[in-house]
Amino acid sequence: MSSRLPRGGRLIDRARPVAFSFNGTRLKGFAGDTLASALLGSGRSLVGRSFKYHRPRGVYASGAEEPNALVSLGTGDRMEPNQRATTTELFAGLEARSQNHWPSLETDLGAVSAGMAKFLPAGFYYKTFIQPRAAWKHLFEPVIRRSAGLGPAPAAGARDPDRYEHFHAFADVLVVGAGIAGLTAARRAGAAGARVLLLEQAPHAGGRALADGGRIDGADAHDWVAAQLAALAQMPNVTVRLRTQAAGVYDHGYVLAGERVADHTPGDGRPRHRLWRIRAGHIITATGAIERPLAFAGNDRPGVMLASAVRDYVTLYGVSPGDRTVLVTGNDDAYRTALALLDAGLTVPAVLDVRARAEGPLAQAVRARGVRVETGRGVALAWGGRRGVTSVGICAQAGEGAVLEEIGCDCVAVSGGWSPVVHLWSHCGGKLRWDEAAAMFVPDPARPPLNHDGRAMVTAAGAASGALRADAALADAAAAADRVAQALDLSPSEAPAPRAETVDEAAPEAVWMMPHGAPAALREKAFLDFQNDVKVSDVQLAAQEGFESVEHAKRYTTLGMATDQGKLSNINGLAVLSQSLGAPIPQVGTTTFRPPYTPLSFGAITGAARGELFKPVRKTAIDGWLAAQGAHWEPVGDWRRPYAIPRPGESVEDAVTREVLNTRRNVGLLDASTLGKILVKGPDAAKFLDLIYTNMMSTLKVGRCRYGLMCTENGFLFDDGVVARLSEDSFLCHTTSGGSDRVHAWMEEWLQTEWWDFRVYTANLTEQHAQIAVVGPKARQVLEALEGMDLGRETLPFMGFAEGTLAGIPARVHRISFSGELSFEVAVPAGRGQAFWDACLEAGAAHGIQPYGTEALHVMRAEKGFIMIGDETDGTVTPHDLNLGWAVSKKKQDFIGKRAMERTHLTDPDRKQLVGLATLDPAEVLPDGAHAVEGAPRPDGIAGMIGHVTSSYFSPTLDRSIAMALIRGGSRRMGQVLRFEVEPGRAIEATVVDPVFLDPEGERQNV
Amino acid sequence: MKRYSAFAIAREALRHHAGWERAWASPEPRAQYDVVIVGAGGHGLATAYYLAKNHGITNVAVLEKGWLGGGNTGRNTTIIRSNYLQDESAAIFEKSRTLYETLSQELNYNIMFSPRGVMMLAQTEHELRAWKRTAHANRLASIQSRMVTPDEVRKIVKVINIDGPRYPVLGGLWQPRGGTARHDAVAWGYARAASDLGVHIIQNCAVTGVDRDATGVTGVQTGKGPIRCNRLCLVVAGSSGVLAEMAGFRLPVESLALQALVSEPIKPVLDCVVMANTVHGYISQSDKGELVIGGGADGFNNYTQRGSFQHVEETVRALVETFPLISRLKMLRQWGGIVDMTGDRSPIIGPAPVPGIFLNCGWGTGGFKAIPGSGWATAEMLADGAPRALAAPFSLERFAEGRMIDESVAAAVAH
Repeated sequence: MSSRLPRGGRLIDRARPVAFSFNGTRLKGFAGDTLASALLGSGRSLVGRSFKYHRPRGVYASGAEEPNALVSLGTGDRMEPNQRATTTELFAGLEARSQNHWPSLETDLGAVSAGMAKFLPAGFYYKTFIQPRAAWKHLFEPVIRRSAGLGPAPAAGARDPDRYEHFHAFADVLVVGAGIAGLTAARRAGAAGARVLLLEQAPHAGGRALADGGRIDGADAHDWVAAQLAALAQMPNVTVRLRTQAAGVYDHGYVLAGERVADHTPGDGRPRHRLWRIRAGHIITATGAIERPLAFAGNDRPGVMLASAVRDYVTLYGVSPGDRTVLVTGNDDAYRTALALLDAGLTVPAVLDVRARAEGPLAQAVRARGVRVETGRGVALAWGGRRGVTSVGICAQAGEGAVLEEIGCDCVAVSGGWSPVVHLWSHCGGKLRWDEAAAMFVPDPARPPLNHDGRAMVTAAGAASGALRADAALADAAAAADRVAQALDLSPSEAPAPRAETVDEAAPEAVWMMPHGAPAALREKAFLDFQNDVKVSDVQLAAQEGFESVEHAKRYTTLGMATDQGKLSNINGLAVLSQSLGAPIPQVGTTTFRPPYTPLSFGAITGAARGELFKPVRKTAIDGWLAAQGAHWEPVGDWRRPYAIPRPGESVEDAVTREVLNTRRNVGLLDASTLGKILVKGPDAAKFLDLIYTNMMSTLKVGRCRYGLMCTENGFLFDDGVVARLSEDSFLCHTTSGGSDRVHAWMEEWLQTEWWDFRVYTANLTEQHAQIAVVGPKARQVLEALEGMDLGRETLPFMGFAEGTLAGIPARVHRISFSGELSFEVAVPAGRGQAFWDACLEAGAAHGIQPYGTEALHVMRAEKGFIMIGDETDGTVTPHDLNLGWAVSKKKQDFIGKRAMERTHLTDPDRKQLVGLATLDPAEVLPDGAHAVEGAPRPDGIAGMIGHVTSSYFSPTLDRSIAMALIRGGSRRMGQVLRFEVEPGRAIEATVVDPVFLDPEGERQNV
Repeated sequence: MKRYSAFAIAREALRHHAGWERAWASPEPRAQYDVVIVGAGGHGLATAYYLAKNHGITNVAVLEKGWLGGGNTGRNTTIIRSNYLQDESAAIFEKSRTLYETLSQELNYNIMFSPRGVMMLAQTEHELRAWKRTAHANRLASIQSRMVTPDEVRKIVKVINIDGPRYPVLGGLWQPRGGTARHDAVAWGYARAASDLGVHIIQNCAVTGVDRDATGVTGVQTGKGPIRCNRLCLVVAGSSGVLAEMAGFRLPVESLALQALVSEPIKPVLDCVVMANTVHGYISQSDKGELVIGGGADGFNNYTQRGSFQHVEETVRALVETFPLISRLKMLRQWGGIVDMTGDRSPIIGPAPVPGIFLNCGWGTGGFKAIPGSGWATAEMLADGAPRALAAPFSLERFAEGRMIDESVAAAVAH
């Protein structure tokens, strides 16, 4: 059983005990512990249940690669599922719960599936649950969903109380990993003058050196690490961040990193996570290597652990993973674990080395301490129960698993060799090479990820590049930093590279199955992917069934698809697959490495942009006043606009009616500031706008306005608005409220990609001006009362504009109308918008002035038969369809959409065309989007739909319903009665009429 | 082909599963086929299956440069729905959805079609009107799809925050028989069934050239040698432009990387598919427990299938607002798929400018849901030499005629 040793533990502070709880039981650890070390120190060997078979599982590793020890942390709004205990720093009051079991961790009914395991091989669900059909949705799938799913879901009403932030950083050299290689690279790159950012995922630097010990440049390794950190702290051009994991490498040196700022100090007011968005000139990945498990029957029992993890727990945390530890290895490095255990006073009953000889200095040292070392041996089977392993059966590695001897033990430390962490190297296209001697994939320096200039943007250093031993790692990292400095045109450091004292290690031997000839009964119990319960037999079954591609095998078996993303399982699984196929490992290849390296919280990705800061509302200068009046809002693009401004006690519908009638009878005030306003200026501005708009803009006289249409290349209308010619070379183009950014981008795209030789600049002035429409028969009286400009019919005729001062405020007054009434749209500097609005209200009080909202605007424009982009248009509608052919120039040689409009389908007289509709019952309002039906259904059962309602209102002015519709061949159907099937069995009939319902002669606006 | 069943599993369990056969054969290519299909994704494999099953044409090869189902079939967010606005789209997508209903039984392969319902949120007045229009059209096209109120949205999607603050939910378009399926299984199921009917599926066999003479196509050059055929069907999604160039014509198709991601698995919390077009977030929960999240397409053309960050950031933000409980969950993995976008965001199914070559491409962001219907219609076209009613509107000529089938318009976004 695991326990806390009486002394030792480099990272813990025994003077500072820390209380925490696991499944409600109060336990104690020390400052500096991880949750995993604290659990092991408290004798908790069983910490979770696996995904598929609910097998009992214990801590397996000591870092980010941990597949088993996943817990839910915290409670209530702070509950977080699937947290790795091995990377969770212990803090006072930490509450952890184990996952995926019912009713309890110790007694899990889900474990019945483990007993059924032989009926549940890889992909069994593709082969069954097929009949009866309804059972999948109602029976099988719900059961499968509930039994899968791992961690608990947060409560439906959970609201994350923590905050998150983003941090943008730039570095000449980003070094990932502060082990001895990363420290060396950062120091040398810094000495060369580069701006260096060094990131380390753990709360401490040093990597494996802290546990592995040894001496560097004559000092103990951990002292050397401390000295490097101190030196880096003195360098102003170097930044070091702990607890920060480089998660993904993207194009052009873009790197995402997640900093766990306050996970270990919850609620202290700091942001919980900080997402670093880094643009790096070059990236050095000194990410180390991860030890590989060994595949033998029973290798998933609690107590079976990576040899390096056993060493970490003993050395760094003063924790004994077990009293009697059998070491199983194919390399010399793992003997360090035996030495560490012996140093701590623990028992190592045997070392099983798969190699024929174990004569390296480390093996000799272990022998010299009286430990039995068996060569050519492996484990046939690990026995045990829920609480963990109790003994292992020794067998000949070359044999078929006959047990030669049973050895009692409560811990099995395994080492199948090491795999460099190549994820960041691979994210953006770096290729790998199979190193046959060391049995590992290493970055191929000849095929690195490339930057925008075609040069390498990532360099792997130290163990991450395959230089596993300390001396080689230091030399490799120094050389890497020097090469990068040179590539950045800096002078590499001239200091000698640090040197480590190391012992020789004999050649390792890779073992993919233990024993080599294991029969099916053993292969069915030998796990590759611990979390997803993928076994050797599953991968072999995939190969047998033709899932030969490594991607097929992964997807069929789910190998490597768990929350650890196969950090422990992928290479072993790949090797089993390659053996099954009789193909060499490099030919089978790896699956794709995808960001992030370890999961990133959605909170971190979101950053500060939540709640009010999520797509902040754009507000006009009048917004505050409207809000105070109790405006009923609707989102329009990023803006909010008042749908209506109801009076106290008034319904929204009644408010709309009142606003329409008052504007038609007296005068209304509309905040039209959201209308897009794009200034187009330059000697070629007129030529440019002739191409952008369908109508002729070059002939527009200074001081005049023209309604213009914009089409896509396909000839379909996408935005409209009034263009005012301010001077010979400058035009102000009004766009729809939602379309200003799109239109501006559209103009820039054409200017930058097609007509880059035009001398034209554009500027989006939308927010520079408040635009206030004074609308209605008494509009002129209101504005004249403000004094400052002559707005008489002759001085400022319809479709003209004038500049001057109104109520002491600089103003541009456009005589344009979207309602059919006498109307002035007045643009004033945004900062004076509210003052102008107030002046209008005051001057208009005597005339019955009232503000109106967007719905009244819509009703009035529909009464007048004006189209609304997005209602009458949907991206398939041409100007001609909307009876706007008059706004499409026949004289211009070219404009966007011209050629497209000549295509057969666009000139088809039977296209859908805009018509008005008058329901036979004037009180009945057609529903938006209702379809007119004609003739028999199509052979496939689809009704004969000939068009749909685009806008539909009850008109207070006309006291009847009005509607517009796009109807096939509509212009030839005047007077026809159409049937709109609005519900099954209910139709509304309406007569096709002219869409201009009010004042077709334009007498109201021309006064 | 040995049939799959619970009984078969029990039988095999007694002999350590030694008796399972290959799911599909791995033959050497013949010198000539009646039909060569390039691309062993869902669409290509479904086409081959229905050619053999419905039309008796079995001398068919499906050539795949990589591993079957490894393109967009294995990268999408598995959403299946048919509540499309335009008649032509509604017809082929509803055909497809209907075939999905019984596909597991048809193929004797559990593709896990799960009609858990698809909720398309309306978060602006404009979107609300667009969905109403679509709902009317769907009803008249006999597609089960209806508008629901915010209260109904809340009842169906229990964990949603419908109050905004930025984009309150104003309603939803609800298709109860839409849902999801296991994407890999669709490819594998079709591959197994097609192989059983005699179709040759040849993986790791890149097409390097298209042979033609004055009369039309005569075959293809491949990494495994030349293969003759008089009917060639290109079903290669993001690589369509590349293959068309080999064959000597151009397509109005752009290739973009579409972004997707999954969270870590959690216990069931979201039972239907939710699509929030206004904020570009698409989310469902897989049977494994992962939240499967689709985002937007990168704004530039490329062929790398990598994840990028800018869309993920926006999509996740939108979903955290809409589903606040996910804030402390984590992104497990992100990736990209290369989607083939046409000018009207609808597919191209029809003869190519070169006689004997037929096209199936341009599915853009909506291809997975279309696989059975697309394969059905393409098989009809290959068997007859000309498209039938389902495929006919989707001809290449429609771009020259201006006869667009634009679905992006109703929603103001693509699919």
